[in-house]
Amino acid sequence: MSLIARIKRFLGLEAEAKREEPEKEKSEPVGASKEEVEKVAEENAKPRIGYIHLSGCTGDAMSLTENYDILAELLTNMVDIVYGQTLVDLWEMPEMDLALVEGSVCLQDEHSLHELKELREKAKLVCAFGSCAATGCFTRYSRGGQQAQPSHESFVPIADLIDVDLAIPGCPPSPEIIAKAVVALINNDMEYLQPMLDLAGYTEACGCDLQTKVVNQGLCTGCGTCAMACQTRALDMTNGRPELNSDRCIKCGICYVQCPRSWWPEEQIKKELGL
Amino acid sequence: MVLGTYKEIVSARSTDREIQKLAQDGGIVTGLLAYALDEGIIEGAVVAGPGKEFWKPEPMVAMTSDELKAAAGTKYTFSPNVLMLKKAVRQYGIEKLGTVAIPCQTMGIRKAQTYPFGVRFVADKIKLLVGIYCMENFPYTSLQTFICEKLGLNMELVEKMDIGKGKFWVYTQDDVYTLPLKETHGYEQAGCKICKDYVAELADVSTGSVGSPDGWSTVITRTDSGDSIFKQAVEVGIFETKPIEEVKPGLGLLEKLSAQKKEKAEKNIAARKEMGLPTPY
Ligand SMILES: Cc1cc2nc3c(=O)[nH]c(=O)nc-3n(C[C@H](O)[C@H](O)[C@H](O)COP(=O)(O)OP(=O)(O)OC[C@H]3O[C@@H](n4cnc5c(N)ncnc54)[C@H](O)[C@@H]3O)c2cc1C
Ligand code: SF4
Ligand code: SF4
Ligand code: SF4
Repeated sequence: MSLIARIKRFLGLEAEAKREEPEKEKSEPVGASKEEVEKVAEENAKPRIGYIHLSGCTGDAMSLTENYDILAELLTNMVDIVYGQTLVDLWEMPEMDLALVEGSVCLQDEHSLHELKELREKAKLVCAFGSCAATGCFTRYSRGGQQAQPSHESFVPIADLIDVDLAIPGCPPSPEIIAKAVVALINNDMEYLQPMLDLAGYTEACGCDLQTKVVNQGLCTGCGTCAMACQTRALDMTNGRPELNSDRCIKCGICYVQCPRSWWPEEQIKKELGL
Repeated sequence: MVLGTYKEIVSARSTDREIQKLAQDGGIVTGLLAYALDEGIIEGAVVAGPGKEFWKPEPMVAMTSDELKAAAGTKYTFSPNVLMLKKAVRQYGIEKLGTVAIPCQTMGIRKAQTYPFGVRFVADKIKLLVGIYCMENFPYTSLQTFICEKLGLNMELVEKMDIGKGKFWVYTQDDVYTLPLKETHGYEQAGCKICKDYVAELADVSTGSVGSPDGWSTVITRTDSGDSIFKQAVEVGIFETKPIEEVKPGLGLLEKLSAQKKEKAEKNIAARKEMGLPTPY
């Protein structure tokens, strides 16, 4: 079974995955041995990845390229970048295993809406890549009235319009998390990716989530991780609690995502530390 | 597993007279970070430095042994050290960073290393994480309640605070005051109620007072790098050690307290779930 089929099965999209699989592979036992998986992974090791640029700033793609040490290996030997303005000279959208979508969607821009619908059909997995796609981020503040399109006023995270399989929030996501996510995808490491699947549902983000979802819930420990993670210095720690300067907050959601009291990946941490 | 995964546990103290005097217990935190600085294992460390008000710490970046020493000693209230890690990397330009952290801070740091969503080029710079044991922490106003209201003292007269042997201890230049721990109950921060980690299970090296005699610390080495840094420091005479089996009260007490903390947290987590409140665990 191919890498993508396994991910599909994991995501409960089995029927569709089966349809795409050649006949003979269907009968393969479910619990394939490690060698088999490795062999399959080797043969299918190059997921076809597309990069779709909606209302974003290209910062997420820039962040990907900041993986200097592994970038060449990643792009030439591990994945096939099959589509994407700024990356590939191709106008027709091809079939993709994974579509990385940067930017939110403008509801008044028909071209964006069309592109989004089309990519949902062409891509097996859709990833909200960066906070604009995942949570709307600073396009949440858009309200139209500007030249040359005063009517372009409504921007929403992509999950408001299509099914999104996973999200990698961040403004931009760090180069490290992008590399780790791609490598996990290639290795079919669903345990590592699980939080990103869960985060696909976190679309209404704000610095005030710390107050409502952590402090108000009796969960805050005053550790300061949220304030460290904030990419716009909208957070200070006052008397051991996060204090939000909402004028600086761009609603990227990273503070809540990095808080150790929002979700807790204990097994993954122990694995990485060798504990 | 009640003490987490570890390589070795010993009783230890710093051989440096000055550190012995300034430190809370065996001076393991200050001694180990200073050793790592001298050896170039780290270029600076985030510690809980003195703040504007007495006994209200503020995170600081220490680049010398003297700065580390200025931050020695336990402050029983919040010092959001994790916040300072980014500043240490971005503003101080530190490439190899050390820090001290209570368990919940260790959790924030380790999660950010494993899933670095927004912390570009920070998480990988943390080379030495010294964890300290923690049973609970207090808002600053709680501390004021104990010292000013209950003991009738001024914050600025206090030279040292300590929790142990069922009491909250306050030392001034001339006297020693105590408050039964019963009197501190209800003043802890709420978030501690579901905390299951007593001995900083995810640190490179953890240390605390429980298990060892006064002036000594119980040291737990955990990761490969933590284990090797601590052992190098012992080898060159930065620390003297005793087998934990030979000291009193020893591991038994540490295990008992850790197990009790976990049990209490599990109960509180279950109660929260029953009320329909969220918990991360
Ligand atoms: C809130 C709290 C609760 C604790 N509870 C226990 C306990 O139940 N049992 C136990 O055995 N030990 C406990 N400790 C740990 C103990 O008090 C000592 O900190 C530890 O033994 C280290 O002593 P040392 O002599 O090696 O460190 P020192 O050389 O004295 O250095 C102590 C280091 O801790 C840092 N620090 C001080 N206060 C804080 C803070 N609030 N947050 C983060 N860092 C800080 C300082 O910056 C310094 O670098 C607790 C510590 C704290 C902060
Ligand atoms: S990261 Fe979470 S627990 Fe830590 S201070 Fe911020 S809100 Fe509180
Ligand atoms: S407070 Fe900072 S990290 Fe949190 S959502 Fe706002 S900008 Fe993002
Ligand atoms: S008990 Fe846990 S949550 Fe509370 S301060 Fe200590 S480590 Fe943090």
